[in-house]
Amino acid sequence: MSIGHTLLGLLESGPRHGYDLKRTFDEKFGHDRPLHYGQVYSTMSRLLKNGLVEVDGIESDGGPERKRYAITEAGITDVSAWLAQPEKPEPYLQSTLYTKVVLALLTGRSAADLLDAQRSEHLRLMRILTDRKRKGDLADQLICDHALFHLEADLRWLELTAARLGRLAKVVNP
Amino acid sequence: MTPAGSLLTAHDLHKSYGSTPALDGASFSIHPGEVVAVMGPSGSGKSTLLHCLAGIVTPDRGTITYAGRELSTMSDAERSALRRTEFGFVFQFGQLVPELTCVENVALPLRLSGARRKDAERTALTWMERLEVDDLGAKRPAEVSGGQGQRVAVARALASSPKVIFADEPTGALDSLNGERVLELLTEAARSANVAVVLVTHEARVAAYSDRDVTVRDGRARDLEHAV
Ligand SMILES: Nc1ncnc2c1ncn2[C@@H]1O[C@H](COP(=O)(O)OP(=O)(O)OP(=O)(O)O)[C@@H](O)[C@H]1O
Ligand SMILES: [Mg+2]
Repeated sequence: MSIGHTLLGLLESGPRHGYDLKRTFDEKFGHDRPLHYGQVYSTMSRLLKNGLVEVDGIESDGGPERKRYAITEAGITDVSAWLAQPEKPEPYLQSTLYTKVVLALLTGRSAADLLDAQRSEHLRLMRILTDRKRKGDLADQLICDHALFHLEADLRWLELTAARLGRLAKVVNP
Repeated sequence: MTPAGSLLTAHDLHKSYGSTPALDGASFSIHPGEVVAVMGPSGSGKSTLLHCLAGIVTPDRGTITYAGRELSTMSDAERSALRRTEFGFVFQFGQLVPELTCVENVALPLRLSGARRKDAERTALTWMERLEVDDLGAKRPAEVSGGQGQRVAVARALASSPKVIFADEPTGALDSLNGERVLELLTEAARSANVAVVLVTHEARVAAYSDRDVTVRDGRARDLEHAV
C-alpha cells in the first residue's frame, strides 16, 4: 500500500498533526501493522519536499513542537491520479510454492505431503480470519474477505496442483 | 475403536456401487457441538460418507457408532427413528415440501414425532426468527428466494433439537453473501445448542466456518488431526 498517498488522502478532509494522521491511519487501515512515528515523519518530509503538503501551523503548548500539515492543490491532483490508476494485478508467477513443489519432485521428496501441509496452513489462517470477520464490524469484514478470497485462490491452486502431481513429476523428471 | 468423547464415529467404511468404489476405508469422528468440514474433489465420496454416517446408506463393510450404539445392529425402523429424532439435514436443493408453507415445513419434523400442530409451529417460528425468516411463514417454498429457502431448511434442521446436523453443500446454490450468512447462522445456532455439524463442502471459505476439516480422496477420509 502507498502510505504517502493514503496519508495525503486523509489530509483532504482538513489539516492534521503527524500524530493525528498516524492514529487515524492505524484505526482505519493499520489493523495488523500500525505505522511507526518514524514512517510518518519521513513520509511527511518527502511529501513536503515534493510540494504535495505544506505546513499549516506549528504548535508547541509547552511540549515539543508539532507541525500541522495541509494538502496542496498538487497533493489533491496526486491523490486523484493514484485513485484513478488501477493496481497491477499480481500474478505471482514465480511463487515460492511452485518452486517448492518442483524441488520436492526433483529431490524425490513427497510433494503431496508438502501440498497437504500448505493446505492445512492456509485453512488455519482462513479460520482465524473468518472468526475475526464474524466478530468484527463492516471494515473488519471487508478486510478479512479480501484476504480470504486470495487465500481461497491459493488453495484452489494447491488442490489443482495436487491433482496434477503425477503429470508434473513426469515433466520435471523426464 | 471409538475415540473418547466422540458422538458419532465411523471406522474403515467401504461402499461400492456396482464396480465403482465410493468409499474405500474411510474413517471419521465428531464430538458433540463440533463443526467438521468434509472436503475433497468431486466424486471422492463425500456425500456417500455423509449418507452412511446418517444411516441413509448402508456400507458394505465397516462400523458406524452413534452414542455408543452400532447402526448396523439397528432395525430399519430404529434407524429411521434415529434420523427423525437425533439428526437434522440440510441439502443443496429441493428439500422443502412444496405443498406446505414455510412454517409447516419447519414444523414437519416435530409433527412427525407426534408434537401438536400449535406447539410445533410455535417452536418452528422461534427457529425461523433465529434464521431471520419468520416473516416468510405463510409462503410456500416456490414463493421464496434460494437463500431464504436455505434458511428455512436450516431452521427445519434445527427445530427438532437434533444432536447432529448433516449438511451437504448447504450453500452450493447461493451467492457468497447469502451463503456466508446461512453458514454463520447455522454454525452459530449449532454451537450455542451444542449440535454437531457434518459440513460437506468443496469450498475452502465454507470450510473456514468449521472447527476442523477432514479430506476425502478416492474414498478414503484423511483426518489429519484426529487419526481414528
Ligand atoms: N447412487 C449411486 N449409484 C451409483 N454410483 C454412485 C451413487 N452415488 C455415488 N456414486 C459414485 O460414487 C462415487 C462417490 O460419489 P459421491 O457422491 O460420494 O461423491 P462426492 O464427493 O459427494 O462428489 P461431489 O463433490 O461431486 O458431490 C462417485 O464415483 C459416484 O459416481
Ligand atoms: Mg456430493
